[in-house]
Amino acid sequence: MLRQKLLPVLTIIAAIAVIWYGFTVYLNAPWQLDQYEKSATEWSMTDLVRDTMAHDRPVLPAPHQVVAEIWKTTVKKKVTSKRSLIYHSWITLSSTLLGFVMGTFTGMMLAIFIVENRAMDKSLMPWIIASQTIPILAIAPMIIVVLNAIGLSGLLPKALISTYLSFFPIAVGMVKGLRSPDPMLIDLMRTYNCSRWQLFITLRLPSSIPYLFTSMKIAIAISLVGAIVGELPTGAVAGLGARLLSGSYYGQTIQIWSALLTAATLAALLVIAVNIAAQITQRMMGAPK
Amino acid sequence: MVIKADKLNLDFETNDGVVHALRDLDLEIGAGEFVSLIGPSGCGKTTFLRVIADLETPTGGSIAVNGQPPEQARLARAYGYVFQAPALLSWRTIARNISLPLEIMGLSSGEQQERVERMINLVGLDGFGGKFPWQLSGGMQQRASIARALAFDADLLLMDEPFGALDEIVRDHLNEQLLQLWKKTGKTICFVTHSIPEAVYLSTKIVVMSPRPGRITDVITSDLPDDRPLDIRETPKFLEIAQRVREGLREGHADD
Repeated sequence: MLRQKLLPVLTIIAAIAVIWYGFTVYLNAPWQLDQYEKSATEWSMTDLVRDTMAHDRPVLPAPHQVVAEIWKTTVKKKVTSKRSLIYHSWITLSSTLLGFVMGTFTGMMLAIFIVENRAMDKSLMPWIIASQTIPILAIAPMIIVVLNAIGLSGLLPKALISTYLSFFPIAVGMVKGLRSPDPMLIDLMRTYNCSRWQLFITLRLPSSIPYLFTSMKIAIAISLVGAIVGELPTGAVAGLGARLLSGSYYGQTIQIWSALLTAATLAALLVIAVNIAAQITQRMMGAPK
Repeated sequence: MVIKADKLNLDFETNDGVVHALRDLDLEIGAGEFVSLIGPSGCGKTTFLRVIADLETPTGGSIAVNGQPPEQARLARAYGYVFQAPALLSWRTIARNISLPLEIMGLSSGEQQERVERMINLVGLDGFGGKFPWQLSGGMQQRASIARALAFDADLLLMDEPFGALDEIVRDHLNEQLLQLWKKTGKTICFVTHSIPEAVYLSTKIVVMSPRPGRITDVITSDLPDDRPLDIRETPKFLEIAQRVREGLREGHADD
């Protein structure tokens, strides 16, 4: 079981590492060759490979450089330090989670309004779709600036950007889920002369749960993207977005890549967490194992 | 009279024009009768059942259920309805599926539990109350759905081809059980089917219908004895009634 799951993942990681190392040599070679020429050094292929993987500010850092940087900034730094990746990850994670919770709530409420009210269905849906056609990179600084002007700063504005991104898949998935019950089941409830509220709570809501979890998997990943984007225009104070920005100010490519990898790992862990929650819920709802 | 239809009409507007689903239906069903509606697809047998249940609205004529308009009867929860598929909620156990109508009607949990146990015993599903629907066979699922329809003690049971999707052995078995159930509870049953042996075996009255437009071509009162073992289907009396049903069906087809 473990071997079946682990082996494909490890194979892919190994393949990526090989390609990555190849590109490291290839992309860093021009600068290195330039150096050799300037100092008139004799060089062999082994030298080139070794030297291209040891640049301070490489075009593309080697995987082991990134891993060393992550090790240095997580395990070897106190979590309270401004240079600790765990500290920055926590900043980003907290606004991701707050934004995700608010986005899930907003999306569910919108979906309920849309399904239960015909006027809402006609009037709200176009706006919801339009909201997602605006590039988040353009609107994020505006949200930060406007909220700052009314005295809101820190966690909430960033979380709101996550909310802005994450409510959409929730709303769309939930609308589909609430409308998913078989017409036969709706007829059945009708023969019991059930109220609208009873129909919602006993049939529509439970039917929507699988759709909700699928949407939540998408929503939590884009909440993280939203939180990182939200950290960019704030002048790079803290968070993974700030690490990315300060890395690019000073040409610290190793720092950028370690922040990127951390963000990717964080996203994977969040999706896995939602997945586990989905499995527990489905087991409680009697799904076959 | 439990059901009284008088010149009942129902037309559907479709893209290809008007479809006469029901044309001038006259029918009376008395208390305690077991009535089968039989006919080829498109003859309006299911539509008629849905009109009784207030799931469709007729466009002409009149119909009364327990002397009331169907809507009043539905609001008074006058009938239990069994669909072609079991229509069980997959996230509820069998017991909680059976208690669904009781929950909606706001019975106390003690009362619910007592009734659910009685129903599970009545349809022979003892020990399966805690299982989820997917853990049961198709026949057992349909029995659970019958138990659910009986749970709130309506005097009228409407059944829309409940055994249509089951294999013949299971079907025979459930027919036998349904007949015993009917005798035990004394309910009025309105049963839609397209199987001649099923209709003859179960019914006290067989309503033969034909399509385009959906109408009644024959109403046969069965004089088979109340006690019906499965091998009654081999007797001359049974075959005679079946023959008459078959003729009625053929007659309905003569015009296409």
